[in-house]
Amino acid sequence: MEGTIVKSVDYNAYFGDNHVVKNVNIDIPRNNVIAVMGPSGCGKTTFLRGINRMHELIPGATSKGKILLNNEDVFDMHPIFVRLKIGMVFQRPNPFPNLSIYDNVIAGYKLNGIKLPKAEKDKIVEHSLTRVALWNEVKDSLTKKGSFLSGGQQQRLCIARAVAMEPEVLLFDEPTSALDPISTSTVEELFHELKKNYTLIIVTHNMQQAARVSDKTAFFYMGELVEYDETKQMFTNPTDIRTQNYITGRFS
Amino acid sequence: MDVHIKYRIGKSGVFQVVVAVLAFACVVPLMFILFYILKAGITKINWNFLTNLPKPVGETGGGIANALIGTIMLVLTASAFAIPVGILCGIYLSENRKSKLAYWSRLCIDILQGVPSIVIGIVAYFWLVKPLGAFSALSGSAALAIMMLPTIVSSTEETLKLLPDTLREAAFALGMPFHRVILKVIIPCGFSGILSGVMLAVARVSGETAPLLFTAFGNPYLSTNILKPMQSLPLLIFNYATSPYNDWHDLAWGASCILLIWVLLLNIFTKLVTRKWKVQL
Amino acid sequence: MDTSLNNDLITRPDSMLGRVISSAKLRDAVKGIKRIKRSHRQIRTENVFKKTLVIVALSTIVLVLGIMVTLAWQSTLSIKASGLGYLWGKVWDPVQDIFGAYPFILGTLLTSFLALIISIPFSFAVGIFLGEYFPNGLASNFLKNTVELIAAVPSVIYGFWGLAVLVPIVRSFETAIGVTPVGLGIFTSSLILAIMIIPYAASLARSMIQMVPSNLKEAAYSLGATRWEVIRSVILPYTKSGLFAGILLSLGRALGETMAVTMVIGNTSLIPKNIFSPGNTMASIIANEFTEADHPVYLSALIELGLVLFLVTVVINMLGRRIIKQFTQD
Ligand SMILES: Nc1ncnc2c1ncn2[C@@H]1O[C@H](COP(=O)(O)OP(=O)(O)OP(=O)(O)O)[C@@H](O)[C@H]1O
Ligand SMILES: [Mg+2]
Repeated sequence: MEGTIVKSVDYNAYFGDNHVVKNVNIDIPRNNVIAVMGPSGCGKTTFLRGINRMHELIPGATSKGKILLNNEDVFDMHPIFVRLKIGMVFQRPNPFPNLSIYDNVIAGYKLNGIKLPKAEKDKIVEHSLTRVALWNEVKDSLTKKGSFLSGGQQQRLCIARAVAMEPEVLLFDEPTSALDPISTSTVEELFHELKKNYTLIIVTHNMQQAARVSDKTAFFYMGELVEYDETKQMFTNPTDIRTQNYITGRFS
Repeated sequence: MDVHIKYRIGKSGVFQVVVAVLAFACVVPLMFILFYILKAGITKINWNFLTNLPKPVGETGGGIANALIGTIMLVLTASAFAIPVGILCGIYLSENRKSKLAYWSRLCIDILQGVPSIVIGIVAYFWLVKPLGAFSALSGSAALAIMMLPTIVSSTEETLKLLPDTLREAAFALGMPFHRVILKVIIPCGFSGILSGVMLAVARVSGETAPLLFTAFGNPYLSTNILKPMQSLPLLIFNYATSPYNDWHDLAWGASCILLIWVLLLNIFTKLVTRKWKVQL
Repeated sequence: MDTSLNNDLITRPDSMLGRVISSAKLRDAVKGIKRIKRSHRQIRTENVFKKTLVIVALSTIVLVLGIMVTLAWQSTLSIKASGLGYLWGKVWDPVQDIFGAYPFILGTLLTSFLALIISIPFSFAVGIFLGEYFPNGLASNFLKNTVELIAAVPSVIYGFWGLAVLVPIVRSFETAIGVTPVGLGIFTSSLILAIMIIPYAASLARSMIQMVPSNLKEAAYSLGATRWEVIRSVILPYTKSGLFAGILLSLGRALGETMAVTMVIGNTSLIPKNIFSPGNTMASIIANEFTEADHPVYLSALIELGLVLFLVTVVINMLGRRIIKQFTQD
């Protein structure tokens, strides 16, 4: 199953007339962790949300170009299929406040009206929570509301929720920026685990984090993909001057 | 100087007392009304009162069963129209905040909110009474439904607007289709707000008389046919209160008491529901 | 869009089935097909749902347009018969087909403005008390909830109570000051209306006063102003447009109120001589005579009253709302 899983071809995204993502071409290999970096407002979030067609949910937002998932253009598929295959975790943990922890994990099934036997649901819940290293912490309080957990736990719950749908790709938009250092390192460890089964695309502002967790790094600047390379290469020997400036902290 | 300051402080204190007195004076008439109605009405209420039909003047033991059943039917039928339409419209308005259609629809809901109830009655008369050739409970319910609509729409819209966008996004990102995002995530999270709007609307139309005058019209007999005239509590109160007979006044006091208790209970219950069932975000 | 979905449905299961080896995989594949079929159903429902929302939103517009058209259409007969003179015609005599709305317009204005004058000091007092002096606390909560309940009591109950309690009181008052003691009339209606409209201006005044930025108030306090001076020179000027909107909403409510007024106003089509005279408002004459209107012009004249009432209340309400919106946006 080696090879490219997500590929963008001349992808452009706009908010009304505001051209936010410009002609991005990128190949994302399967079972890799890709870090996306760049200064604030350079279009990282917009690009990420373009991949699973969340971008178009914003009124006035449009896009051009192709995003290929397994060689199939996501814009030829219905967004529902796309989002079932490409999960997403947001910057702020957003468990469903009306659901229990258990129901939050299987929310993708439950709320989509997919009926599963109880045994299978239990299996999915345990499996997903174990994968995000949350099982031991919550296994005795599965019926409590998701919003009762700590921020770090909530974020892992949200990852479990995405994982439970067995997507092929997981998108993370600054998943640790709202978390404390300990929760952050727990989540980072998770990435190593998750990449065995999924392809991870992670937007982060934290260069150490990018260096720690990613295989490849993409650097965005003013809506363009400036440089995209092996993470090691990128941090030791960037080719573009803008990348160099960024990682040496010369513009903020 | 010192005197001047004292004078100013004194003036401020006097004003505060005046405000407090005026403010609490508002409570007096309401308490007076509540007390008076309960006192006059509660003694009239017994089993026969609830289960019998009104008796002709001179005979004792009449009841208001027809009005009770009529009110329940009228309000239920009106709710069956107004609740789904109102909630769906509120959803549209909160999901499409900036669209042209939303702008105009919102404007129309605002207009509707201010239309005097008697005018709604006139319109319902021309839409449903004249074409069908008879006063009917159906036309009364339609008038009540129109009156319920703005309350339900605006409470739904306001409630859903306050829910964070991250909630919808979380749902969409799980591959949920739009209707499920709304029905399974957004509505449940805003349930208490929507429910309180619905209950207030029900409370409001339970006591409406004007729009029923030339639609449901009233009926001294028990009727459950929605194509026939139907009695309701407020209509009965109006007709009997303005009649010259003491027996009928008694019926009207009893009916007022029941209507008042029902409306107040709904209002109090709404407060409790809003507090208790609110989803912690 | 749709064809590509169908392609998806046709090609995907095949390619899945092509790879089937073990029974577990077969099960998965069947599950996959089921899921895709389900998803297609979902997509159809999604589209239906979206369309339903649009239709419902459209229908509210149609409803309001329908109300306007119906009122206008049904009053054409009267507009043709009496023209603009209808509005200041002083005589309302259905038997001779003379329809002048002046007595009712006057009656409406008298009752409403009198009610406003009576109720505004009270509702603003409630607004200031709850918005500035005591936003929280047991007594304040009690006051707030009670005032809200005033709006909850059905108007027919106010009317009945007015008939039974207020009318005799007003009658003895009238005897005392030496006017014809009827009890029923403009004044009694205004009293009832005044009670009924308190909550509208009060709750608006409260929320507006609470929105006054505290740094403004603190600036005044730091200059040594007393509480009353802060209210008079900071809070009231800052909230005046909001308070005005509250008055408008109360007025809109008073103009359209029907039942309570109908029951205590005395129902006569004569022009009220003073505020103790019986009379009729636009709403109460409709309530009284609509089902008795036995010929088309008569009915149409009543509906024209409804049209006027509709237009006036809509304008007043929209104005009030516009002001509130502007206030809350700043
Ligand atoms: N909802 C929106 N409507 C209009 N413009 C938007 C919207 N969201 C973002 N933008 C604009 O798009 C540009 C890119 O935003 P985006 O959120 O993709 O940046 P980002 O790289 O994720 O920044 P950050 O690091 O701060 O999260 C910004 O200039 C922003 O002004
Ligand atoms: Mg971002």
